[in-house]
Amino acid sequence: MTASALVEHQRIDQLQMRGIVKQFPGVLAVDHVDFDVRAGEIHALLGENGAGKSTLMKILYGLYHADEGSVLIDGVESSIRTPHAAIQRGIGMVHQHFMLVPSLTVAENVALGLKSSRGWRLDLDVVAKKLGALSERYNLKVDPNIPIWQLAVGEQQRVEILRALYKGAALLILDEPTAVLTPQEVDDLFRVLGQMTEDGRAIIFISHKLHEVLKISHRITVLRDGRRVDTIPTSTATKSLLAEMMVGRPVVLEYQHQATKRGGERLQLNSVSALSNRGELGLKEVSLAVYGGEIVGVAGVSGNGQTELAQVIAGLRPVKSGQIMVDGKDVTAKSPSELQLLGVSYIPEERMEDGVIKEFTVAENFVLQDHGRKPFISAGFLLNLRAIDSACREAIRQYEIKTPGTETPIKSLSGGNIQKLVLARELSRKPQVLIAAQPTRGVDIGASEYIHHRLLDERQKGTAILLISEDLDEIMALSDRIAVMYEGRIVGVVPREQATLRQIGAMMAGAELESP
Amino acid sequence: MPSSNLRAFIDRLIDGLLPLLSLVAALAVASVLLIALNADVGQAYSALIEGAFGTQNAFAETLVKSIPVLFVAIGICVAFRANVINIGGEGQMIAGALAGTTATLALAGSPGWLIIIASLVAGFLAGALYGGLAGFLKAQFNVNEILSTIMLNQVAVQMMNFLLNGPLLDPSEQGLNHIPKTARIVAEAQLPRLVIGLPDGTALFDRTRLHYGLVIAILLAAAIYVLLWRTPIGYRIRAVGYNERASRYAGISVRRQMILSMFLAGGCAGLAGVVQVLGLQYRLQTDGSPGGFTANAGFNGIVAALFGGLNPIGAIPASILFGGLLVGAQNMQRDLGVPASLITAINGIVVVFVVSSQILIKWRGRRRLQQSTSRTEVAVENAVVAEQQV
Repeated sequence: MTASALVEHQRIDQLQMRGIVKQFPGVLAVDHVDFDVRAGEIHALLGENGAGKSTLMKILYGLYHADEGSVLIDGVESSIRTPHAAIQRGIGMVHQHFMLVPSLTVAENVALGLKSSRGWRLDLDVVAKKLGALSERYNLKVDPNIPIWQLAVGEQQRVEILRALYKGAALLILDEPTAVLTPQEVDDLFRVLGQMTEDGRAIIFISHKLHEVLKISHRITVLRDGRRVDTIPTSTATKSLLAEMMVGRPVVLEYQHQATKRGGERLQLNSVSALSNRGELGLKEVSLAVYGGEIVGVAGVSGNGQTELAQVIAGLRPVKSGQIMVDGKDVTAKSPSELQLLGVSYIPEERMEDGVIKEFTVAENFVLQDHGRKPFISAGFLLNLRAIDSACREAIRQYEIKTPGTETPIKSLSGGNIQKLVLARELSRKPQVLIAAQPTRGVDIGASEYIHHRLLDERQKGTAILLISEDLDEIMALSDRIAVMYEGRIVGVVPREQATLRQIGAMMAGAELESP
Repeated sequence: MPSSNLRAFIDRLIDGLLPLLSLVAALAVASVLLIALNADVGQAYSALIEGAFGTQNAFAETLVKSIPVLFVAIGICVAFRANVINIGGEGQMIAGALAGTTATLALAGSPGWLIIIASLVAGFLAGALYGGLAGFLKAQFNVNEILSTIMLNQVAVQMMNFLLNGPLLDPSEQGLNHIPKTARIVAEAQLPRLVIGLPDGTALFDRTRLHYGLVIAILLAAAIYVLLWRTPIGYRIRAVGYNERASRYAGISVRRQMILSMFLAGGCAGLAGVVQVLGLQYRLQTDGSPGGFTANAGFNGIVAALFGGLNPIGAIPASILFGGLLVGAQNMQRDLGVPASLITAINGIVVVFVVSSQILIKWRGRRRLQQSTSRTEVAVENAVVAEQQV
């Protein structure tokens, strides 16, 4: 079998969605939307969170059923009722939240739900071989025998894309694929997407990042409030035009970085080492200080110790050696709740897994740490539901969180609003030290802008902020100093005024220089 | 939008009725078994209902049967909410009965109220420690609690057989062909009969076996409801049950909640055991078989808890329903000659349907992006069904 035979796929010359309507209780999520995509084309679907992008694509992928409208594949009306049917017709989707089983290996995840070529016996070696051919074709390097939980987010996405390609996707839907990627990984992804269109595949690229859409797509469709605003060729689009189409008003994306007086040393790490989930040394003798009224940005390619760094400070990962100080006090072996009382707040990287309990209500999630502390208890042992509710209401008002109420399960809120609640909760705890890990990952423009302003306000108040982000634009916009991590070490700390994207990129790119 | 509101209302109505629908479905499947046994289905079910709820005495017997089931179910709510699958109700119930009865016998001569309270406390603690042991093993050594609790059930049964044939054996029962049982507890230690005076001068449940255990169980259900939804302790238990990672992030000790939830669950089951002695049997006695003392209340409690939506208040009607099935089945056996053990099969079928209906609710919920149910129910299905066959 040659490599090209292994990567064969079906073909879809043109796919059209006509007059699609989807009604959720109380919301018209998609309102008579027309959309089409052709082979060899990248069609970007642009819009704020809640604009209906994901809903429209979930209809195409058979996860939701449209109330009205039709889907035509190469001119033939097709009813796609299940993802299985979509896959059979050559439609693949990479979801924003990955659908992988963490304990299974890459090959096992790809083989999930597929018929084995050996009947009842597993053919994982065959799968691995075909995967190898695919990853070579598109330069998507992944070890097929490594379990998913050991992979960084960017690598997990590669597995998702490979899985869709493995199933022969002629049309690939990518839901916010760059939300979790570093600049280098984004470049890699774009290269892969370009190659895929050359192979005659069609790609629908869901995003709210304007520069990416402008860079990669051939045509752009903008959705707002469930309606299609317009479809335009990318050559005629500009950033400001797209932003205005998305938001419905002109948007300014510049921040005022006011001068503050740098306070005392609030957070200090002295050659801290810690193990990663893989049992290797994920954090190697990291020394770093963050002063009051300062934002220190931590840049780096995903999986270079940023997660471990945040968890070590928050008390969620044991320190192997070294010392962590908060306001001059040694907090090295303190538990998360002790650290909370010392004024350490942490906005976790994976908000749906760590930051909130999905099944809990908005109000319950608001008191995740403080449910057993004043003023949220009464009579010594009862939850003071009224106090919880009113504090939560105040946060909803103050942080402009869009929710039907305090008793709504938090999982029915949009990602941006969930992140705002996490932010509101952490800031309401009046932190001395704030660790913000990927605070705007997967969050729309409006909410990102808002979160950035709040972080700057917090800096103004004298809080020491450690901003961990894979979004270099964010790091450059907010930080006073920028620390760059590579393979568990901090390779350098640069004041922002002196930092250039090129220099930061070079420091981050150590990985690429050294990898074989 | 009125149409979507109506739809949401209908959706919620269907969700609410699903447990009942699953019961109906289980009874429908059981009809097939009845037909296979050459019984008239209509007659069988009317005998079942008549036997369970037909007379005051029948209803009292139903309530009597439901009391231990309810105690266990309340505890199961706590454990399952913490995502700890406690299949050890039987063993914890026995542990509670052994400790409680020992206390009762030892305190003979003290004031009745003192004996009762001390025995209840002893029963609760013994069950709690027995359950807490499985919780500790899970928290400390990652021992699967389904396996450990099932094993501990066997240990408890043998322990009871040993004690009732030796150290605790009724002094008047010495000899080779004795029945394994303790001495009878003193009259002051017995829970009073529950008779409800009506405004018209008549009394409800007069001269039946219904006892104050029912009141204790209902008070316990209310207390555990408050604990789960109105206190920080319950908040933490539910948080750990839904999401261990976020709990750890929040500074909640996951291990402590695992142990605590098993401690409470075991305590509730322990109360089931001691109340059975103080309120009904007045002595601890067994026929040596696994269900010889418990009459499988430790397992039926799991079914009732699931049926009640893992809510202690919901467990009250659910337990009465299952108590009714157990009592009614005996009537069915008398009237039609159908084996009463058929009801065990019905119980198993109900579990399958209830668990499936929970999954159905989940699917419907996911479709509507609304609340889903606990993920523990699926895991427990096999365990319960398998154990009931033992």
